[in-house]
Amino acid sequence: MIVAKIVGTVVATRKDERLVSNKLLIARPIDPYGKAEGTYLVAVDTVDAGFGETVLIVSGSSARMASGMKDCPVDAAIVGIIDTIQVKEHDG
Amino acid sequence: MQLARVIGEVVSSMKDANLVGTLLVLQPIAASGAPAGRTLVALDSVGAGVGEHVFFVRGREAAFPFYPAEPPIDAAVIGIVDHWDVE
Repeated sequence: MIVAKIVGTVVATRKDERLVSNKLLIARPIDPYGKAEGTYLVAVDTVDAGFGETVLIVSGSSARMASGMKDCPVDAAIVGIIDTIQVKEHDG
Repeated sequence: MQLARVIGEVVSSMKDANLVGTLLVLQPIAASGAPAGRTLVALDSVGAGVGEHVFFVRGREAAFPFYPAEPPIDAAVIGIVDHWDVE
């Protein structure tokens, strides 16, 4: 899983019918120290996350195991809202 | 599978109902022990802790150690490394 920050929402009227009534959010992956890394991605929200929150995103076929995502065409799902990240060893 | 060092823990209270257990922050490492690649978060299945060397599996198979539960995860720690040798 990757850690990411929610930076926006996606609105799409015309989409796959299995995505109807799901919330799509734009997330920016970050490292455990909060620094942005990599490119933005669109993820399906399954835990009611919101703008500015730090979340846990599961990618690939495992995303379909998130709650309510069975047989949905998704490859990224938000499965947790992160309260804290404790990093005890810094190795850059 | 890949070698990694556990460098931290993630705490999340609002999460998927099947996502139960300790979430560890991993830094993948090369055979030399040097960091190799981006950090990631993995669900623990063996009782690993911060500072330990472990190996982990990525992808759909990451959920298998927790069978019959099916947590929505794409990485799981599946072993604690005692030592390794490279010729």
